[in-house]
Amino acid sequence: MEVNQHSSEAHVTETDDHAHGHAHHDDHHDHVENFWTKYLFTTDHKMISKQFLVTAIGMAFIAMFMSLIFRLQLAWPDTKFPFLEGFLGKWAKDGVLDPGFYLALVTIHGTIMVFFVLTGGLSGTFSNLLIPLQVGARDMASGVLNMLSFWFFAVSSAVMLSSLFIETGPASAGWTVYPPLSALPQAIPGSGLGMTLWLISMVLFIASALLGGINYIATVLNLRTKGMSMTRLPLTIWAFLVTAILGVLSFPVLFAASLLLVMDRSFGTSFYLSDIFIDGAPLEHVGGSPVLFQHLFWFLGHPEVYIVLLPALGLASEVISTNARKPIFGYKAMIGSILVIAFLSFIVWGHHMFITGMNPFLGSVFVFTTLLIAIPSAVKVFNYITTLWRGNLQFTPQMLFAIGLVSFFISGGLTGIILGDSALDINVHDTYFVVAHFHIVMGSSAIFGMFAGVYHWFPKMYGRMMNKKLGYIHFWMTIVSVYGVFFPMHFLGLAGVPRRYYANTAYEGFSQLININQLITVFAILGGIAQFIFAFNFFYSIWRGKRATQNPWKSNTLEWTTPVEHLHGNWPGEIPEVHRWPYDYGKPGSKEDFIPQTIPYSETPESNTPDDLKH
Amino acid sequence: MNLLLLLIIIFSILVLVRLANVAQLAAKLSDESEEEEQDNDNRMNGIGLMIFLWGGLILMVYMIFRYKAYMLPVSASEHGVQIDKLMNTNWVVLFIVFVITQVLLFSFAFKYRFNKERRAFFFHDNNKLEVIWTIIPTIVLAALITTGLSEWSNITDYAKRKEGLLIQVYGKQFDWTVRYAGKDNKLGESYFRRINDTNPLGVDSLDVNSNDDLTAREMYLPVGVPIELAINSRDVIHSVYLPHFRVQMNAVPGMTTRFSFKPTITTAKMREITGNPKFDYILLCNKICGVAHYNMNMKVVVVEPADFKEWLKSQKPLFENTVVAAAPATRTVSEKPNEKKIVALK
Ligand code: HEM
Ligand SMILES: [Cu+2]
Ligand SMILES: [Cu+2]
Repeated sequence: MEVNQHSSEAHVTETDDHAHGHAHHDDHHDHVENFWTKYLFTTDHKMISKQFLVTAIGMAFIAMFMSLIFRLQLAWPDTKFPFLEGFLGKWAKDGVLDPGFYLALVTIHGTIMVFFVLTGGLSGTFSNLLIPLQVGARDMASGVLNMLSFWFFAVSSAVMLSSLFIETGPASAGWTVYPPLSALPQAIPGSGLGMTLWLISMVLFIASALLGGINYIATVLNLRTKGMSMTRLPLTIWAFLVTAILGVLSFPVLFAASLLLVMDRSFGTSFYLSDIFIDGAPLEHVGGSPVLFQHLFWFLGHPEVYIVLLPALGLASEVISTNARKPIFGYKAMIGSILVIAFLSFIVWGHHMFITGMNPFLGSVFVFTTLLIAIPSAVKVFNYITTLWRGNLQFTPQMLFAIGLVSFFISGGLTGIILGDSALDINVHDTYFVVAHFHIVMGSSAIFGMFAGVYHWFPKMYGRMMNKKLGYIHFWMTIVSVYGVFFPMHFLGLAGVPRRYYANTAYEGFSQLININQLITVFAILGGIAQFIFAFNFFYSIWRGKRATQNPWKSNTLEWTTPVEHLHGNWPGEIPEVHRWPYDYGKPGSKEDFIPQTIPYSETPESNTPDDLKH
Repeated sequence: MNLLLLLIIIFSILVLVRLANVAQLAAKLSDESEEEEQDNDNRMNGIGLMIFLWGGLILMVYMIFRYKAYMLPVSASEHGVQIDKLMNTNWVVLFIVFVITQVLLFSFAFKYRFNKERRAFFFHDNNKLEVIWTIIPTIVLAALITTGLSEWSNITDYAKRKEGLLIQVYGKQFDWTVRYAGKDNKLGESYFRRINDTNPLGVDSLDVNSNDDLTAREMYLPVGVPIELAINSRDVIHSVYLPHFRVQMNAVPGMTTRFSFKPTITTAKMREITGNPKFDYILLCNKICGVAHYNMNMKVVVVEPADFKEWLKSQKPLFENTVVAAAPATRTVSEKPNEKKIVALK
């Protein structure tokens, strides 16, 4: 601690020397930072980014453990696992998992993965780290809002986890929390206090997402350095910007949906409830519609999948271009497809509701819009593939993860075409086919994007390198187990196995599928082990990794012009000016195979093209 | 057991620490420069990607054949056969796209792995290419959409279907009940406030249409007769899922949902087809509905129409004691709401 305090003092003075003239920095640079202001209540975007990352890794491990527990149950429904009783106590008496708790595990697993890891964790980490660094700003537009965004996130995580320890158990109605199941404690114990905590947690989470989002938008739009026009932004920033806009537009709708659910649960309204007879008595509620909740939920829910996916694609664009030593192919088309995807993502939500009794004609409209969204997605894939073509590829771990992401995006996108076709959805809706689809296209793609980001920007975050060999082991074990787990799940779905089933024992026809389930669980365990290798590499490298050089990947973007040691305000002197787009890799005639954005054309007469001179 | 687990975790962490140390030391000691090391990594990982690609594709095809036997048998409903056809066409298209794109992705990665003698090709834009790969997916998708939607409208167009055998499927935690409309093919009105122990569906006993209604805990269907399901739930959302008939529709409290289909294969025949003498159709609940969601199902039996009539006769009507004479008095009152609630779409 001593040492750290020392060096932080050193930074402060150093920053002070150089950062004068930047009004909003002067005030809090006069006092020495202590542990609290440096590590906890910090307003520095780089530290906040690390806070998000470490919290998300913790949450991801918890959610992963949950999935391993229910995978054990699905593979060996008749076997007792006495060690489970040690973890779960009364929820696994004598090593037999309680069916209600199975649903609770599924619910919290999904909620944590979608919201806490892939929304809060992914955007929180990389938007925070990269937006100021890559647009050339000293910090976020508002450091205080940014700090609040993290603390709302942290408290929200704590509330979600606390629900695991209450008597009636956590929310158990699935991560989509459809009422009436989620509204009535009589229907399932988890809809008592557990669901209340879930709702409180989500409201805090939404606050965090909104505080983060408006900050990201404001920073990208207003704090770009000289020369950083919108068309010179790295694709990462475009992705983060559009993601933030999606979040700001759609999270309030989830808030509204949750609020109405709270009203129905606690204040006797009937927004979602009607004609219910439960626990031996009719309820007073009449006139509401459970389908209304689904409309509201998926109005957030579908944009949400792109809130998860776009940042991952943005990170992959940057990683692929840098490691292919070649410009990203179709920069403008990439931006265009991000924008089209974002727009369309607001008008496809009904594809989750084809068989809810929604008007079939309305269903047809959603089929149309859903399949439209496949077009910009395909454009992105082709652009990635073309970027690899005749590149000069460095297989760093992050590059491998980015290639894996593209592979998943293809596989999962294609099965989406089946689900988006209402006639075909009839028989696979809510089966394991859907589980396979969204885990590949959303879960695994986004997680791989996140891994690519961590391996690539670790030197920027911690000033040290992660161990490459362990990175390779991590990559290979993970990609093999992802396909090993989720590919066979398509077969379960096509055989008609419903999702959210505690066991497939009730129907004799499913008994023959047990060996597929066992295969899946074996791969799941393998994948789980691989994540320990990652966690070890991550934490080991924070303290003991090889020291990083300033620009270890020979990258063009601005973050690599900052010193390795972090300082408040990012650049010791003036913020550098930007003179070109971020993808001048392998430009004919250039001395090195990359030209950072800060190099003016006047210094590179050997590689300039007539096009460049027009700028 | 827990201790063991803990020990294993601690042990593996120690091993990893050692490994990392050794790897780092080795890198320092050997005169192998970082560049050479990266070259070696590029080669190994490039080869790895190729093995993964081809090995993966082979395994995939192997699994498709191996697991084919586990998949649902031929569809036992008329529209289901069409759905399966559509599904297969889609699979052919998607599989081709899948193989092409994955092969390109991994092979380019392998082929263009780093070589310091070479520079990447500075190729950053080509409008012609962008247009091509916008238009081709558009055409393919347009074809898929049109075929899909025309099938969808065939399936959901209730107006086209007349004279279906009307059956109410009623879900509650955690079982299903079916109600047959009887001779008049009209279901008596039901309402949740009327539910009690002897009247679990809350059917109006004064409604004349309900007199010949009868309920059962197994769903019998006559083969070759159009069926119309009117689906209700009394508590939370459930979902009627008949995988062998390619039928699925949610059961939503407060509203009636519908699905029409025509079973084409009897249970006996399906036993022959599957070679499984114990085969039975099933109705599964396919929307999370509570603790015993996984146990909420009902046997479905498809029989010849004559056998169906026999079976129906052996079932007991809902209100055996209802005096038929009571009917005229309530008829006018109950007909309208009944029409709205259960058979409005017919
Ligand atoms: C080609 C593009 C895609 C299409 C056509 C598509 C289509 C669909 C459809 C129609 C469903 C509903 C499944 C059902 O009714 O049972 C679905 C489910 C889902 N999709 Fe996609 N999708 C696509 C891409 C994505 C992407 C990129 C993500 C994530 C980033 C994603 C995440 C999900 C999730 C989480 C679900 C599960 C919803 C549930 O809980 O039931 N999809 N997708
Ligand atoms: Cu969606
Ligand atoms: Cu149910």
